[in-house]
Amino acid sequence: MALWTRVACRFRRWVPAVLIPLATAACIGTSTQYPQSTLHPKSDFTRLIDGVLMNTVWAAIVVFILVEGALVWVVFRYRGKPNDPEPRQVHGNTTLEIIWTAIPALLLAIISVPTVKAIFQTYEVPKDALTVEVIGHQWWWEFRYPEYGVRTADEMHVPVGKMVLLKMKTEDVLHSFWSPEFAGKRDLFPNRTNTLWFTADTTGYFSGQCAEFCGTQHGRMGFEIKSTSPEEFDAYIKGLQATAPKAAADSAATAPSAGEPTRVSTLAAATRQLDPAEQAAVDSGAKIFRMCSACHSLDATTTANMIGPNLANIASRRYLAARTLRNTPENLASWIYDPQAIKHGVIMPKLGLTHEQATMVAKYLQTHR
Amino acid sequence: MATSAISHADQVPSDHAEKRGLWSWITTVDHKRIGILYGATAFIFFLMGGIEALLIRWQLARPENTFLSPELYNELFTMHGTTMIFLAVMPLSAAFFNYFIPLQLGARDVAFPRLNAFSYWVFLLGGLWLNISFLFNAAPNAGWFGYANLTTNQFSPGLNIDFWMIGLQILGVASLAAAVNFFTTVVNLRAKGMKFMRMPMFTWMSFITQVLLLLAFPVITVALILLMFDRFFGTHFYIPASGGDPILWQHLFWIFGHPEVYILILPAFGVVSEVLPVFSRKPLFGYAAMVFSGIFIAFLGFGVWAHHMFATGMGPIADTAFSLTTMLIAIPTGVKIFNWLGTMAGGSLQMKTPLLFSIGFIAMFIIGGLSGVMHASPPADLQQTDSYFIVAHFHYVLFGGSIFALTSGAYYWWPKMFGRMLDEKIGKVHFWLMLIAFNLTFFPMHFVGLHGMPRRVYTYPAGLGFETMNMLETVGALLLALSQAIFIWNIIKAWRGPRNAPADPWNGATLEWAIPSPPQEFNFAVEPEVHSRDPLWEQKRQQGPLPEPERVGGQGIHLPNPSFWPLLTATGVAGIFISMMMIQFLGWWFVVAMVLWFLFSVYNWIFEPA
Repeated sequence: MALWTRVACRFRRWVPAVLIPLATAACIGTSTQYPQSTLHPKSDFTRLIDGVLMNTVWAAIVVFILVEGALVWVVFRYRGKPNDPEPRQVHGNTTLEIIWTAIPALLLAIISVPTVKAIFQTYEVPKDALTVEVIGHQWWWEFRYPEYGVRTADEMHVPVGKMVLLKMKTEDVLHSFWSPEFAGKRDLFPNRTNTLWFTADTTGYFSGQCAEFCGTQHGRMGFEIKSTSPEEFDAYIKGLQATAPKAAADSAATAPSAGEPTRVSTLAAATRQLDPAEQAAVDSGAKIFRMCSACHSLDATTTANMIGPNLANIASRRYLAARTLRNTPENLASWIYDPQAIKHGVIMPKLGLTHEQATMVAKYLQTHR
Repeated sequence: MATSAISHADQVPSDHAEKRGLWSWITTVDHKRIGILYGATAFIFFLMGGIEALLIRWQLARPENTFLSPELYNELFTMHGTTMIFLAVMPLSAAFFNYFIPLQLGARDVAFPRLNAFSYWVFLLGGLWLNISFLFNAAPNAGWFGYANLTTNQFSPGLNIDFWMIGLQILGVASLAAAVNFFTTVVNLRAKGMKFMRMPMFTWMSFITQVLLLLAFPVITVALILLMFDRFFGTHFYIPASGGDPILWQHLFWIFGHPEVYILILPAFGVVSEVLPVFSRKPLFGYAAMVFSGIFIAFLGFGVWAHHMFATGMGPIADTAFSLTTMLIAIPTGVKIFNWLGTMAGGSLQMKTPLLFSIGFIAMFIIGGLSGVMHASPPADLQQTDSYFIVAHFHYVLFGGSIFALTSGAYYWWPKMFGRMLDEKIGKVHFWLMLIAFNLTFFPMHFVGLHGMPRRVYTYPAGLGFETMNMLETVGALLLALSQAIFIWNIIKAWRGPRNAPADPWNGATLEWAIPSPPQEFNFAVEPEVHSRDPLWEQKRQQGPLPEPERVGGQGIHLPNPSFWPLLTATGVAGIFISMMMIQFLGWWFVVAMVLWFLFSVYNWIFEPA
């Protein structure tokens, strides 16, 4: 026997012992490799779930090895030939059968205790939590902060370390809010409010998406949760609240009775100096946007329930159209030009704007941070 | 003595000669031919469902793929699920019920032979109606469980949901009629001496399945009728704006839907419980425990439906109750698995293709069972439900479970049904390729689901870590298709070969192996009598190897006459449902015409001499 085969034989038994943990580690991965994973919980709620799951997973792995092992052993041990004598005709064994009924029963009883405990914990409605109302739409997410009187779309900001209570409902068909890192999943109904709670323990962007089939663009109904420091969160809320006067000013400036607009984006221009050509494009975009305001509001404090997502801070979001496109000026312009080409079936029609007009609207929206 | 009297029968050729020609198939009321019709039709639907699956996998092979439009993708996954459940696995089981329940009972046919033909034709028409939707560019598109309120007119204005709802109603009639038939057959047509506790395990599990069908299908019928009223006549059962409630649909659907899962798996349990003893050359271990665990599973199957709804927020008490009943089901299922192991242990395993598929079934079903226990826990299910983890789970129990077992049954019973053996070497290649490809396709789905991929998405963005595993799954799916091609090759090869299968190629234990392969129209020249659970083994033990049974004339054996009224009545039933869907185009007169046509056919059926 060649040396290498002898070595291989000698270490053969160690191969599974090395490979199985390696393969498991590779499959579990890291949260950079798998940024939307249930296996990398980032809140108290998902850690609770993970704990329950892992109990079962370990029990399942043990059962798997024992039972599949027994199967493989039986198959190899009792392989027969056609001419072998008839084996002993056993019809059963009551003791054995009682044992293999009792052991799984016991195992399940053990697993069920932490499960039932966790069920009741998941339903506890926390006090003193930041409430976020989640409203599902075909196919985007609306997030409202009733305590601050503001609303936004597709990107939910939460302060790290603060308990958040989600109160969820749908405007149209059933959806399911799924944030694997923070909150697990809960279905949204039109006629009842469902809740989830979580306390984020890490800052950063975390994605999630709709998990209940909800029509043509179910696959394009994502969202992001941005978990920030409490200070950043306060600034975020203040920024949303400050969109009200700006939206009112823009609206007044572009009203048909106001004549030729001069400078509409007063607030935007104050924060970011635009050259005259850019400013002219922004102003024209603002004028065209009057058409859009039938469905979209630029005022985060509005209480009107619009058909389309609120766009008050559109320029500061990372994605467009429920995580369909990265938010770049070019993508925004192509979306405005023909949303049906990008996300067929959405309520927003192709408006009949020229590419230039779409770009102007996009430029105008870029001033809404 | 089981069948030793066959040789005494008359040798003169008779009117029981093998029938040929299309007309003989259209008018047949012979349970064996109806079984073959069920099997062939279901296999074609199975291939169609498989093609749908391949298109789905091709779309998902890469992120942001544009191979399929979202509209078409949604139709394909809906039709894949609906087809595989209602048009492939259920009727494949029905093919075996038809062919083998009467043979295992020692009967000459089912209790109601014409009703049996009627069931088949209704099933065929329902399946065709579902698939004709593709020609109208309106295939069903709300998923196989069609959750309200997406299915209301407001959100699904086209014909898509109408095709689905009407198709399922038609199929429900077929299932109910068949269930009444087989239930009656088992209760009334058992051979002399065949007590319930002597029935072969396949017949036992099939019998339990009929009870499930009888109790579960009325519920989906009601749910669909409510939906039909909402869509056609303006009621509001599922419409929240008018006081209805979409969750009502979920409860009704899953009260049907979970027993349906056992309707799909219990016949598979039965097949495996036939194959293992024969190829271990040793009786089934713990027969009584197998019977009662089957009954227990079926009973519990009606008390677990809401575990499909843990994410709907039912509250902690309901979650706890349904979680515990669900975990409870693992116990009788475990008993079955251990008893199968006990059957093989101490045996002399004959490594033939049917046995390989049955072993594959046990190995895969264990995995599906364990992942099932994982989401029996509501908190864990809050992450897993509606993700690819669930897709992995139910493919392990339905493909790794039912399809592996049904394939085992196909290899086991093929010689009996067609008088030809399937090739062993090709069979083994088929098995190993299918096992590997199956795991390559579905094992990564556990992880891609846990890593956050929801089911029913027509595409996914790059960068979430889904790319590699989805590509592997698609490669696996292509190999799985190849394994089915090998199966088809095996069938064609056997078809072309001579009819040379012996009556008892595997040293069988049950009555079907006592008669020629394929059986004659009347099955048993002399009605058999049994004295034990494995009547043929007992006979062989007493008399030594049995001689090849001869084909006999069978004079004086009364068999029901062929009839085309079951087919015409079936067109009446399907026609009534279809005419309801067509009211908006054709008006009420078409409904009235179809009802009259149905009554006319039933009248002729009743007064035709049987």
